[in-house]
Amino acid sequence: MLKAKHQTGLVFFPAFDWAISPTHPEREERLLYTQDQIMEEGLLDINGLHEYKAEVVEISDVQRVHFCVPDPWKVMTESHFISAGGAKTIGKAVMDKKIERGFALVRPPGHHAMRVVHGGRGFCNVNNEAIMIEHLRHAYGVKRVAIIDTDCHHGDGTQDIYWHDKDTLFVSIHQDGRTLYPGSGAAEEAGGPNAYGTTLNIPLPPYTSQEGFLYVIQEAILPILEDFKPDLIVNSAGQDNHFTDPLTNMNFCAQGYARMTSLLKPDIAVLEGGYSIEGALPYVNVGIILALAGIDYCHVCEPDYNADNLRQTPEITADVKMAAQRALKTYQNREQTRAMRIGDKKFDERRRSIFYDTDGIYENQFETLQLCRECSGSFKIDSRADTGAHVLCVHIPVNACPECIETANQWYEGADLKKFDAIFLQNRPEDTYRVRKK
Amino acid sequence: MIIGLDVGGTHTDVVLLGPGGLENRVKVLTDPTNLFSTVLTGLDKITEKIDPQQITRVVLSTTLTTNAIVEDKLSAVGMIVTCGPGIHPDNYRIGKHFYIVDGGIDHSGREIQSIDETQVMDAVQKMVSDGVSHVGVVGKFSTRNPDHETKICNLIDSYFEKIFPGHRVSGNFSFPRRIATTYLNASIYPIHRAFFEAVKKSLTEKDINAPIFILKADGGTMDFDTSIDFPGQSILSGPAASVMGSVAFADDPAETIVLDIGGTTTDMAVLINRVPVLVPNGIEINHFKTLIRALHTSSVGLGGDSAVRFGPDGLTIGPDRLGPAMAYGGNVPTPTDALFVLGRAKDGNLENAVMGIQTIASEMGVSPEEAAIRIFDETCRLILGKAAEMVEKINSKPVYTVREALEGHQINPSHLLVLGGPAPFFAEHFKKISDFKVDIVPQWDVANAIGTALSRTTCEVTLFVDTYRCKAIAPEENVSESINPRITIAEVRAMAHELLVKKALREGAVPGEFETDVLEEMEFNMIRNFQLIGRNIRIKMQVRPGLMHDYNEITSMINNKPRETN
Repeated sequence: MLKAKHQTGLVFFPAFDWAISPTHPEREERLLYTQDQIMEEGLLDINGLHEYKAEVVEISDVQRVHFCVPDPWKVMTESHFISAGGAKTIGKAVMDKKIERGFALVRPPGHHAMRVVHGGRGFCNVNNEAIMIEHLRHAYGVKRVAIIDTDCHHGDGTQDIYWHDKDTLFVSIHQDGRTLYPGSGAAEEAGGPNAYGTTLNIPLPPYTSQEGFLYVIQEAILPILEDFKPDLIVNSAGQDNHFTDPLTNMNFCAQGYARMTSLLKPDIAVLEGGYSIEGALPYVNVGIILALAGIDYCHVCEPDYNADNLRQTPEITADVKMAAQRALKTYQNREQTRAMRIGDKKFDERRRSIFYDTDGIYENQFETLQLCRECSGSFKIDSRADTGAHVLCVHIPVNACPECIETANQWYEGADLKKFDAIFLQNRPEDTYRVRKK
Repeated sequence: MIIGLDVGGTHTDVVLLGPGGLENRVKVLTDPTNLFSTVLTGLDKITEKIDPQQITRVVLSTTLTTNAIVEDKLSAVGMIVTCGPGIHPDNYRIGKHFYIVDGGIDHSGREIQSIDETQVMDAVQKMVSDGVSHVGVVGKFSTRNPDHETKICNLIDSYFEKIFPGHRVSGNFSFPRRIATTYLNASIYPIHRAFFEAVKKSLTEKDINAPIFILKADGGTMDFDTSIDFPGQSILSGPAASVMGSVAFADDPAETIVLDIGGTTTDMAVLINRVPVLVPNGIEINHFKTLIRALHTSSVGLGGDSAVRFGPDGLTIGPDRLGPAMAYGGNVPTPTDALFVLGRAKDGNLENAVMGIQTIASEMGVSPEEAAIRIFDETCRLILGKAAEMVEKINSKPVYTVREALEGHQINPSHLLVLGGPAPFFAEHFKKISDFKVDIVPQWDVANAIGTALSRTTCEVTLFVDTYRCKAIAPEENVSESINPRITIAEVRAMAHELLVKKALREGAVPGEFETDVLEEMEFNMIRNFQLIGRNIRIKMQVRPGLMHDYNEITSMINNKPRETN
């Protein structure tokens, strides 16, 4: 009889009655055939596999991560509350030791949702992984977390949320941004001055296949994880690197995904993208679940899989190798780079434009970060969107030093309310979210 | 008049229902080594002074198939299994004659690998030379496209006495459960058939020509012919008998917990507006997980004869039974002995009961009366605790839509119905320690046989429509039809309803005497390359478990009639 080597939990929430729009890739049908495959394989009957009912996430869980403009109810639908809740349910089950590993097979996805949310970007409104992780930090005192984002699109939302957090290692492997949405995720993007080197990007050339993906995992990501020593490994398990995905150009496969999962050994996996709903998702998800549970997956394979058709060229192999080596180097040199970039400056400033493609919103941000060698540093974001909304968002990190707390409080209290619609204070040490409004 | 017969572990209960309500009742001892003679004795006794022509219906609930599985007395059968990608079917190997052959269907019913006829015939040859005469044929996703199974069945048909195709057992998913269910059907078929043919023969000899029905685990009945193809549905009908015997006495509308308190165990179930809650997948028995429809019952090791102990963890009740209560000649104190000490139970050896409770009392350092109170109270509290766990389990079932996640119904029962031997004593105490409205099922000690007698025929139909492939498939009914791609969901529902009604009538339902429910209805737009190419519609309908229309009269008579003590 089949038995899981690792007690494994699953939250399955396919949101069969929710879509962005009727013909959108993020529609009701997306996980239908995945459900059929999981049920027909009888996965949930396997000894050691447990299904949990997704809970509905709390507003306070969302506000620990995001500044929602004007408020969470305006930027989230019911499905977002349950999808993020599903990730939270799995996270809690792992921390409560009910299971060793868990997989939140939920939709809608979340990894393009950034710290400030004016609307939907890349099918995402709020960040499921970040909401789960910050809940676990708050409720269980988890400190060091590693997020490995294996979606084909750069996980720019998660990167943004953890840009200044040196206790969170964020690594994204994705199709090179010069060839795919959202365009970001170049190797140069490696975190803010306080946390340089705990954000790592490994852009891969189009048509990278199993060989390339597994090389990156084994030669770059595993050694980095070994050194970083996270308390928790989270995998943003996008499945759009698949050779049949309609939105991307990669050559990954179900066997590769399963092998990657058994190498990464994530404590928690959360579904992200993946839109080959018949040819890939049913097989990739079964592969991932079996790999998490430590059950033989060697017969999980797409009906039209042919390894010979999917081999990568020597040029791709060379590019992959270079991208992996570069990430490794960025990580190893992080302390020196941080010291250099902080220097004797007190603040770091940056201006950014962000496009919300799903909702067609433009946002301009002006961010001020307090440079700090002690903690991750408080920051404030002056955000103005073409919806007319203009807000000031002040964040105090979990590990904040007294000086950074002091600065953030001054920013929040001292800001001129005449200039903004609202001023927000995300105070993580106190776990509060405050709003000043006209 | 209707005869209802329920074989239990210790007793077999038989009732005769007629114009006068409960016309007669008989209890005979069950001989587990000879169920046939047990059933015959029961039938003989209940028909003693009756004109055989007056009997219109005989409904039986036996432990025949359940015992065969639990005692591992299954006959050797062959299995031919096809698979396709995923978990390898070697993991589901069952029995000595298990053959895996090439062939694969994907989740949408498309062929991904064709059947290898040579491999099938090789398997046939081996099974024939091994003397196999009953064979199950199961494929992954055969409910989406039964062609492979059908093809294999046709190939091997002439070599075996009976073939069991997997897609007929249920429209539900789960390849491993389909394998287990088909295997069980095939392997209990010979004993099931022999037993009921013998029963039928002896009834004919008594000039009783009424149709025989068999109780199923879902609280419904099936006719004899249906049971020959799907004998597995008779597994674990015992708990269903008691639940169906309680249905008429549950409040409507209300959510009710049924507690059948026996000697060894207490069986629990939940009724919503008099309709029992079903398990999501199917029966689990021994190591078999099946697709056999069943009531959501839970059996806990707490009953009148549970062993009572006092140890380092304090007072414990059950989960084991080490024999009857000391008042009835046992060696270990039990909750029943506590009832004797409290002066509630009589007709037994009080001295022995006191002696038993005394040993616990002295270990606890209290008087025997105090110990008896605590033992009985603890037993009742444990039972209520287990009932709450079952409700919690039903409520924590995952849901897959936003609507259900936000508005999904959470059951919160307010009514307790108690039956089984010591029902009155327990009911009284449940009232004291809980907020439930508590009632005793009238004729609580034969309610199971009454439930058996009055249960209606139930069945289920699943219909998949893929308008892109222009196909409608109802696997259980062996229906595979071409449809107009513009078919509406209302038309699909009507089609499912028609199949269901046909099936119900075929399996013994009385026209006009059943209610149908839509258990599941989903419609998905199928989009490829941003274009709508078709719709994927899935409908599951059932004939709801319930009682025959005559029951109103009969049960109201049972309700009003003072209970005779025999």
